[in-house]
Amino acid sequence: MSDTTQNIKFLLGEEEVTIELNDASTCNMTVLEFLREKKHLKGTKEGCGEGDCGACTVVVVEEIGDDLYYSAVNSCIQFLPTLDGKQLLSVEHVQDHPAISALVDNNASQCGFCTPGFTMSLVAMYENGSDSISDDLAGNLCRCTGYGPIINAAESMGTGATDDPENNPDLVARLKALKQNKSNPDTGSYFAPTSIAELAETYASNPDATLLAGGTDVGLWVTKQHKLLEKIIYLGNVVELKTISETDDYITIGAGVTYSQAIDIINKNYPDYGEIIRRTGAKQVRNVGTIGGNIANGSPIGDSPPVLIALGAHIVLRCGDKTRELPIESFFIDYGKQDIAAGEFITSIVIPKNQPLKAYKISKRNDQDISAVLGAFSIAVNDGVVSHARIAYGGMAGTPKRATACEKALVGNSFDMATVTSAMQAMESDFTPLSDMRASASYRMNVAKNLLKKCYLEMGGA
Amino acid sequence: MSNNASINGGVGSGISHDSTKKHANGTAVYVDDIRVPENALHLYAFPSPHAHAEITAMDLSEVESADGVALVLTADDITGMNDVSPTHSGDDPLLADGKVMFQGQAIFAVAADSLNQARAAAQLAKISFKPLPAILSINEALAQDSFVFTPQVMAQGDAEGELKNAKNTLSGKLNIGGQDHFYLEGQASLVIPQEDGDVLVHCSTQHPSEVQTHVAQVLGVERNAVTVEVRRMGGGFGGKETQASPWAALAAMTAQKTGRPAKMRLVRDDDMIMTGKRHPFQISYEVGFDDAGIVTALDMTLVSDCGHSLDLSRAINDRALFHADNCYYIPNMRVTGLKCRTNKVSNTAFRGFGAPQGMMAIEEVMDQVAQKLGKDPLAVRQANLYNASNNTTHYGMVVEDNVAPEIIAQLKTASNYDKRRAEIEEFNANNEFVKKGIALTPLKFGISFTTKFLNQAGALIHIYADGSVQLNHGGTEMGQGLFTKVAQIVANTLNIDLEHIKITATNTGKVPNTSPTAASSGTDMNGMAAKLAAEKLIDRLRQFAIEHYGVAEGDVKFLPNRVKVGKQTFSFKEFVNAAYMERIQLSATGFYATPKINFDPETGKGRPFLYFSYGASVSEVEVDTLTGEAEVVRVDILHDVGRSLNPTIDLGQIEGGFIQGVGWLTNEELFWNDDGALATHAPSTYKIPTMGDRPDIFNITLFDNENMEDTVYKSKAVGEPPFMLAISTYRAIWQVTKGNLDAPATPEAILKACGEPS
Repeated sequence: MSDTTQNIKFLLGEEEVTIELNDASTCNMTVLEFLREKKHLKGTKEGCGEGDCGACTVVVVEEIGDDLYYSAVNSCIQFLPTLDGKQLLSVEHVQDHPAISALVDNNASQCGFCTPGFTMSLVAMYENGSDSISDDLAGNLCRCTGYGPIINAAESMGTGATDDPENNPDLVARLKALKQNKSNPDTGSYFAPTSIAELAETYASNPDATLLAGGTDVGLWVTKQHKLLEKIIYLGNVVELKTISETDDYITIGAGVTYSQAIDIINKNYPDYGEIIRRTGAKQVRNVGTIGGNIANGSPIGDSPPVLIALGAHIVLRCGDKTRELPIESFFIDYGKQDIAAGEFITSIVIPKNQPLKAYKISKRNDQDISAVLGAFSIAVNDGVVSHARIAYGGMAGTPKRATACEKALVGNSFDMATVTSAMQAMESDFTPLSDMRASASYRMNVAKNLLKKCYLEMGGA
Repeated sequence: MSNNASINGGVGSGISHDSTKKHANGTAVYVDDIRVPENALHLYAFPSPHAHAEITAMDLSEVESADGVALVLTADDITGMNDVSPTHSGDDPLLADGKVMFQGQAIFAVAADSLNQARAAAQLAKISFKPLPAILSINEALAQDSFVFTPQVMAQGDAEGELKNAKNTLSGKLNIGGQDHFYLEGQASLVIPQEDGDVLVHCSTQHPSEVQTHVAQVLGVERNAVTVEVRRMGGGFGGKETQASPWAALAAMTAQKTGRPAKMRLVRDDDMIMTGKRHPFQISYEVGFDDAGIVTALDMTLVSDCGHSLDLSRAINDRALFHADNCYYIPNMRVTGLKCRTNKVSNTAFRGFGAPQGMMAIEEVMDQVAQKLGKDPLAVRQANLYNASNNTTHYGMVVEDNVAPEIIAQLKTASNYDKRRAEIEEFNANNEFVKKGIALTPLKFGISFTTKFLNQAGALIHIYADGSVQLNHGGTEMGQGLFTKVAQIVANTLNIDLEHIKITATNTGKVPNTSPTAASSGTDMNGMAAKLAAEKLIDRLRQFAIEHYGVAEGDVKFLPNRVKVGKQTFSFKEFVNAAYMERIQLSATGFYATPKINFDPETGKGRPFLYFSYGASVSEVEVDTLTGEAEVVRVDILHDVGRSLNPTIDLGQIEGGFIQGVGWLTNEELFWNDDGALATHAPSTYKIPTMGDRPDIFNITLFDNENMEDTVYKSKAVGEPPFMLAISTYRAIWQVTKGNLDAPATPEAILKACGEPS
């Protein structure tokens, strides 16, 4: 192996940094650890080590098609090699930014430990613009202020336009140059293929590797379970996984598309699914997390799978040269078990358009929480009779799962309270939920039933 | 620069927290940010996997020989006392000795070149346990008479007799959950070894003197060998009052034994598993009342889950009892406090210190009475308020400064309570499953430590010959703005601009024998001590002027940044330098002991508080009765801080305290598995409020008042009281659910109270 394939290069502020990926522990190093322990940049704080508090927020700048994209990310669960070809900004690099004066002028700190994280989220909002302050800052927890002064800071800060490359041609050029010379690291412990063919080949010959997309789950294997990932295949540079396409009948979303990139097209087609995505993680998670990852990790409480099952979505998988397509519900076999072979990976999700959909996420906290129960309902009614019902839940079984008995109780019957009541009862034969810290079995069952009733009432039933 | 008329940054100005800019630009230094020498060691404490067990064998040889390990510490290695109990109850071992009392208890500690190495090494321990039966709930503890302290009773009148005579009676129960502090900065200590085996301890703590005491006790040295310094904490909320010293002591042992700097920082999960929280309470009551809703008799029992040791539970449970009347006069009242010992982490101080649970109890009673009579709950509350003739509490203190009736009346009008209540009734009649609720609750919170000796504070002020000032006192800065307020007080007293006053880190070497920064008393006590120190300096300087310039006392005037002596006017700097040249001492200490207070636990009577702080809030909520999801849509607050020392900081405390209280009563649920393991030990599972949980409409107003007691510039304490304003949110949700609504009112608790699906 030549030197070029063992190094990554990125900008730390203005400084070009080269990291030699000479062992697995370097490849497992988090961006936070790099900043605090290697660079002694102590402005970025560790609050939780799992991407749930935002104290470690940094901004990652990417050049894509001559445009600059500023993303707030949780540095505590981002691995250092994923910065290859990008710019990393920590609070030390934005000392004169309007975000800081906005926070100061609005008295937006008390203990101050969370504040650098807010600064960095505000920097990303300033550079990118923001549709919703609360959505963009839900991933930054503050225990002192009650948030009012921080909202005032965000409102008063205004927006800038440095993402307009004309305002920052030097950075565009530097990032372009980094990307042009970008290696395809292949060190035996970290691979970053750039095409789907290369990925298929790499994974087929290294089926024991961990696939890494956003790292919002995999990152915790390192920071919480204290595992060392011996082989990582990073998916973030695989161009084909990043594409979104749309026809009259289908939306196809590449498995590596982030929530932030997917939300617009999903919102346009399915506002209820868009709302679910808005409530999936927080901005720092949605900026890197992928729908493909949410499916592939097989969690019974992922937010997207029940919705996609209700919509009748399919996934496309590839192993070596072979591809296959299957209904997403068939992917989930049992708890911890999916229909996926060694060396096989998801390439895209195919979502049919123009389906009816209502979806509800139940969690203790509205924003940035994991579902206790998620119910998705695709119900069509013709002349008062249920003609179509695909109903799926998360949090009710070891996998995201259809409520088939419930569906059966609905289809062919008149859409009225009597039918809905019997369909609610039928759910007891569909599910035997568990009790845990998120909810008890009885609450899960009760709320699952009630969500059908809520869906019925909101569809105009009475 | 200021004009001649007044100084910059004096008392009453709403200036920013002194560190705001450093917070925002990341240059504020916390313990974990202090650059440590390359040879520093990092500690990890191995947590007990059992809630209650004997340790029958322990082999740590593989831990000792693991990569990077420099030292392994067990109970046998402690040269001094193996105890870090804050009240010398002897039931808080630093490291488990033969048995473990809760899941997460530190059994041994490893010091290695990195935290990862220390943690990995600890996993190589071979420990055998003999599990013992564990008490994991209040009910189990009550059944087995498992208590950490004797019961406390406070009573007046004849509750038992008058319950029999009452026109109406009700009885009920209420379960109230605990709360994790979730300070964003976890517990952290860095110990630097000094000459003679002394140690310098950088610690994130609200109680540097107790850390000093415990470190000295564990090391077996006198306290003069231990210096503790705290510049700032990344949040405290009571969680760094007694919970900071174990980690400081382990790091100090390491530094002492190895001669190397040692750091112990708890990562989030370890912090949540290994440190104490707010006490869960179980309330039961029997109340008698007339047809107007006037409570004539009340017998109430407040049972707290203290965890495995006493810690501060006695005072916390007592404070619940002291606040079980809230703003209401109850002529025949008996309240009993029971303190259960369970096999859980020892619960500890948390903003409000028992008072929130006491107030929750009486507010439940008020709503139940109103419900029973079909009355507006606010009318029932108002009918029961203390007034000029009915003003003696169940613990015998006369309420002399009662402004609750006025605050409630003003807030009721300002928030349009009556009109909104009518609109809500109409909304609820027209909506099938989304229902609204509204509630107004008042609060009265007693200010002073109920442990009398803690009501003392010291300060140290130096004026340098160039007119600049260094300020130090025993209070600690955890974000509440104490340092800023005390600096404002000194600026006012010396009559110089705030920018000349340098705030310095709390240090046990500067001001000794300090009390914790707790009980909302930080500014009252340290501010007063600093004021007294500054006044000493002014007196000395005045005397200097009289003698040196030969003028009468009345001819010396301390004007803003200037001193007028007869016909001459000096800048403060010139004047101070003149005093220095004449060998005048320009350094002074100040000391304050809160007057008037006393309490006798034997009789349950006394005056435990110098004064009360008051406030009230109205919350409106929207509840989905099919799912149990609730949203706080509007909050109005009117709160009493006396004469505000700094309205910006006070409003911040009110808003932040309120939202933290909403978290306690809504989303923040601590969940223990059946084996006594805490399952909610990280923000992924333990949900504190985030930005979206803040009500869209949120009006906060300071009540126009001044403290009738002689407090610093007639101000009142503000740290804890606003937390209890959140009770109106819980009561508004209860207005929708009625029935038995456990706190926190999670969607699950709400749906349970609403009833099964149909």
